[in-house]
Parts: sequence; structure tokens; C-alpha cells
Amino acid sequence: MLTYTIRRLVLSIPTLLFISIVIFLLLQLAPGDPMAQVPLTVPPEVKERMREALGLGAPIHVQYLKWLVQFFWVEPQVLIDHWFGTTFSEGKLRVISWQTRSPVMDIVIQRMPQTLWVVGMSYIVGILIALPIGIYSAYKQYSVFDQAGTFVSMIGFSIPPFFSGVVVIVIFSVNLGWFPSIYDTTHTVTDWESFKVQLQQMVMPVMVLALQTTAQISRFMRASMLENLNQDYVRTARAKGLKESAVVLVHVLRNSMIPIITVIALGIPSIFGGAIITETLFKVNGIGQLLLTALFANDLPMVMTLTFIFAILIVLFNLIADVLYGVLDPRIRYD
Amino acid sequence: MTDQRVNAAAAEVEMETFGALKDKEPQKEPRSQWKDVWDQLRKHKGALIGGGFLLFITLFVLVGPWVWRVDPKALDIRNKDLRPIYTLLWDSDAKVLWSRPFGTDNLGRDIMATLIAGGRASLAVGWAAMILSLVLGTVVGVCAGYFKKLDGILMRLTDLFLSLPILPLLLVAVTLFRQPLRAAFGPEGGMFILIVGVIGITSWMPTARIVRGEVLALKEREFVLAARSIGTKPGQIIRRHLLPNVVSPIMVSATLGLAAAIIAESALSFLGVGFPSDFPTWGKLLADAVPRMEEFPERVMLPGILISLTVLSVNYLGDGLRDALDPRIRGR
Repeated sequence: MLTYTIRRLVLSIPTLLFISIVIFLLLQLAPGDPMAQVPLTVPPEVKERMREALGLGAPIHVQYLKWLVQFFWVEPQVLIDHWFGTTFSEGKLRVISWQTRSPVMDIVIQRMPQTLWVVGMSYIVGILIALPIGIYSAYKQYSVFDQAGTFVSMIGFSIPPFFSGVVVIVIFSVNLGWFPSIYDTTHTVTDWESFKVQLQQMVMPVMVLALQTTAQISRFMRASMLENLNQDYVRTARAKGLKESAVVLVHVLRNSMIPIITVIALGIPSIFGGAIITETLFKVNGIGQLLLTALFANDLPMVMTLTFIFAILIVLFNLIADVLYGVLDPRIRYD
Repeated sequence: MTDQRVNAAAAEVEMETFGALKDKEPQKEPRSQWKDVWDQLRKHKGALIGGGFLLFITLFVLVGPWVWRVDPKALDIRNKDLRPIYTLLWDSDAKVLWSRPFGTDNLGRDIMATLIAGGRASLAVGWAAMILSLVLGTVVGVCAGYFKKLDGILMRLTDLFLSLPILPLLLVAVTLFRQPLRAAFGPEGGMFILIVGVIGITSWMPTARIVRGEVLALKEREFVLAARSIGTKPGQIIRRHLLPNVVSPIMVSATLGLAAAIIAESALSFLGVGFPSDFPTWGKLLADAVPRMEEFPERVMLPGILISLTVLSVNYLGDGLRDALDPRIRGR
């Protein structure tokens, strides 16, 4: 198992390098000009010097290598310095945003908590709703509950978040006035009252994202439970007089959870992608919104770094899912 | 001796009168595979309704402009911000006009006409992107499954594409390549090519994987061996023996692809990187209406409901097709 994990880790390095090259070339081919916003009165030779100051004069491969060094060598050093108070990174150039002229990673770290709160919470809520629904609708296959569950999850698949979000804003924020439609990220929780405010503003974005998660995972849970409910060991468990709850919730559920856990791990990165829309809709200034504003402002280092972070998440969670599958299911050994 | 002969003759007569053991031709007509599939699909109510709605909405946007002869781009500033007729039900002094059944927008454009035009664009993008991704996926899948030498490379490529962050990359590609393509093919044609291209290029991977798996299994079957033994060339084998047998998984992933492409286009339009603003699509109409959704909720709801219903019907159709095309489930 360990050798498999190590082999996968080593293999993921060329994958990530390839992805970074793809993103970098895509951004290089793009015709956007970071000097487009500079006033026309600035003489061309000054513009040329500004361009060189941004690192745009060098050939493409030099630019790429510099970005690689900054991302994989300088930024970790900054992180170590921050944790242990050392001075490895002193005087070294970090990945600088063209928009704000400050290091990209600093901004990313500022924005990360908002995204993690909303996205992470919605994923947990979605899973917590999905699992009981999946279990019960498999146990009572073709019952009214099962049919309703199928219908609701079909709707969850089909209604895009930018529509369900708008609908809940119209209903709960405009007509009923229960929840605010804008997520206030400067709000800090100090006492019970402010905690309630925080809870209120989180309900809508979390539920909109959770609807998607619930739809997917409850389907998988149902299919996985159905597969296990007809196995011989379930009949044996019933025959030796175990309680029905023990049969379903211990014997069957444990075995059905194996594929579900990998599905959950695989879904985490795609939730970050979906959060771009939800964050725009509820005005959460998280990572997705950062990517969108950076794109519109032609801030290539920021776009490059953020897209690459998304790619790292995908590769990492793919690996985690594969390894977890092997750990949880003794029938599967990769060696 | 004579007794026996008489007995045998009597038995023959008896057999003829009862008509047993006498089927010179099959009692039922021979059934084709597609008739079986259709019979199974007919039992799936959701798939039937879904297919019917998809057909209806396609006809609605195709024939619509000839029936509802209002120019979606015509400005009528005197009659702007009209409400739909049904608002009269609860608000008797709402500003409505019977010739504008769904009202008009803030520039006086007829909402019914823009919905039809928007549906044309959305469905066209959906179908084109789906077909592009199917063609790409099928070519990659068949090549990887049939030619052993290409298998490793192509499947590594598929894995790499699967680990690309799709929505961010879509956003990046559309934002950055908007200008040159618009200059080359005009604002609408350029955007169409760009959006169809990026959605197609980033969504062929599941099809390729499924097709490869099917081809790998089919390749070892006797009929392929027979075809090869009489000297059929690989191209011929793929076209005449393999492709007809992978049609069913391709059809299922086509429905999923259509739904995904419609949602992707709407999402891009919603984020403001889709078609130009005077060229309506459902996603664009929805996004444009969001700032004033408190006063005019119908402008958000109508395109949103259309997107959702279309995607829902496509999903149900796909669900039914998957059951109908699976020979293990069919006939149960």
C-alpha cells in the first residue's frame, strides 16, 4: 500500500507539471495586454520599461521557469518563515499580482477562510442530508419516499446553482426577508447575537451548494446500498436473528460506505469550481470571486496561481480517493 | 401391421386437428433490437415525458419565430417594463398589454420573442458542443481501444484532461480568446465557435473512457475475428462492426453531454463571459435580469425555468435510455 501511495505521489508530479504548462501556454497565447489600462499619454519607451519590470520581456520558457521557482521554492520558504520565524525567503521575489502589487499567496490566504467556511460547510451539510435519504430509499425501494427522493435528486441535478440561488434570494430574502442576500465577510462572531447573524447569512449559500451535493451523493448511496442488500451475508445476519436495525445500519451500511467515501473525496475539488458561481451570486469574497475579478483585470499571475491551486486540489483528492479505497476495502490491493 | 398403420394415420389426423407441433413459420413477427428498446423506453414514464418536452421545446424555438412574428431586437421604449398578463390575476392595475403576453424588458423588447431567440442560441450551443465532444470522445475511445500502441498515450491524455479544473479553465479560455475570434468571425459567430469549442474540448473524457472499455471487450469477440480473417481492414472493421455496437453507450453519454453543455453555456453567460449582450441566450437573459429581480421576478424565473425544465427532461430521457439500452434490464 505504501509503495503504491509513493508511486502515485511521484506520478502526480509530471501530471501537475503538464497541467501547469497547459495553463501557462493558454495564458501566454492570450492576447490580453496588462498595459491596456495605462493612459495613452505615457510614452511607448516608458511602457516598454514597465512591461519589462513586470517580467514580460523575457522569453516564454524563462518566464515559466521563474514562475515554477517562485511557486514551488520561494512560496514554501515564505510559509516556513511565517511558521518558525526563520529568514529563508528574505529578498527573494514572490509571485506578485499585477492588480494589487502584493504577493498572490497573501491574498489567496486572506480569501481562503470565506471559501472554506461556505464550501466546506455546504459539503458537510449536503453529505449529512444525503446519507439518510440514500439509505432509506434503498431500504424501501420503489416506495413513495424512494420515488420522491429520485425526483428531488433529479431536480437537484437539473437546476443550475445560478437559478436555484436566484430563486431562494427572491423567496427568502426579498419576499420573506428572513436571510440577507449578501454575505458579509467582515462580520466577526463574538457573542450569541452575532453568531445568529452569521448563521443567517450562511444559510442560503450553504443550502444552494448543498442541494447539488445531496442530489449526487444520495443517488450513489442508494445504488451502493441496493447492491449490498441482496448479498448472502445479509440473509445470514437476518437468519441468526439480528435486529433489522443492526443488519441495515451495521452490516450493510459499513460495506456500502466504501465506494461512497471515495465519491465524497472525488467531489471535493469540483465543489470549489461550483463555488465560483455561488460566491458571485451571494457576493462572498472567496477564491472563486478572486479568480473572476483577476480574469477581468487581466491579472495573469493571479489567474495562473489560482487555476493551478484548483488543479493541485483535483490531483490530490484523486490520489486520496484511490488510496482510501485500497485502505477501506481489503479486497482491493494495488501492489 | 394394418392396425399400426391405421393407428399412425389416426394419430396424424389427430395431430392435424389439434394443430400441435406444426409451426411452419414463427408465430410472432421477428423483432428488431430497436423495437425492443422502444418498448422498454415506453414503460419509463419520465423518459417519455422528458423526450416529449425536449421535442416540444426544440420545435418551440425552431418554429417559434414564424408563429410569433415579433423581432426580439426591436426596441419599443414607450412600452417598456410591461408585466406578463398573468400578473393581472393578483394585481389588477399592473401595466400589461395583451399583445405582449410575457411583458417587455427595460428597453421594450418583447420577452416572448427574446425567450424564443435565446432558446435557439442555448439549444444550438448545447447540441453543437455535445456533438463535438461525442465525436472527440468516440474517436479517442475507439483508437485507444482498437490500436494497442495508442492506448497508453491516449488514456494518459484522458487522465490528464480529467484532472484539469474545468470551470476555471473555461472562464480563462473564454475571457482571453474572445477578442481575436470575434474579430475573425464576427461577434456572434466568434463567440459561438469559442463557447462550443471550449465546452467540447473539456467534456469528451467520460465518453472516451466508456467507448474504450466497450471496444476492448468487443474486439475479442468472434465476429471481429471472422471479419479480420476474411481480410477486412481495420478502418472497415471499426466502421461496420465496432461502431454500430457502441451506439448505445454513446447515446446515453450524449444525453448527459447535452444537459451539461446547456448548463455550462448558461453558467458562462451568467458570469458575464458569454455572448454579447444584444444576443440573447437563456443564461444571458437570466443574468441580465438579476439586478432588478425584486421588481420583475418573472424575467429571472422564465429563462431559469426553461433551462431547468430542458435539462430535467434531458436527464430523464437519459435515465430511460440507459435502462432501455441495457439488455440485462430490458424485458423485465
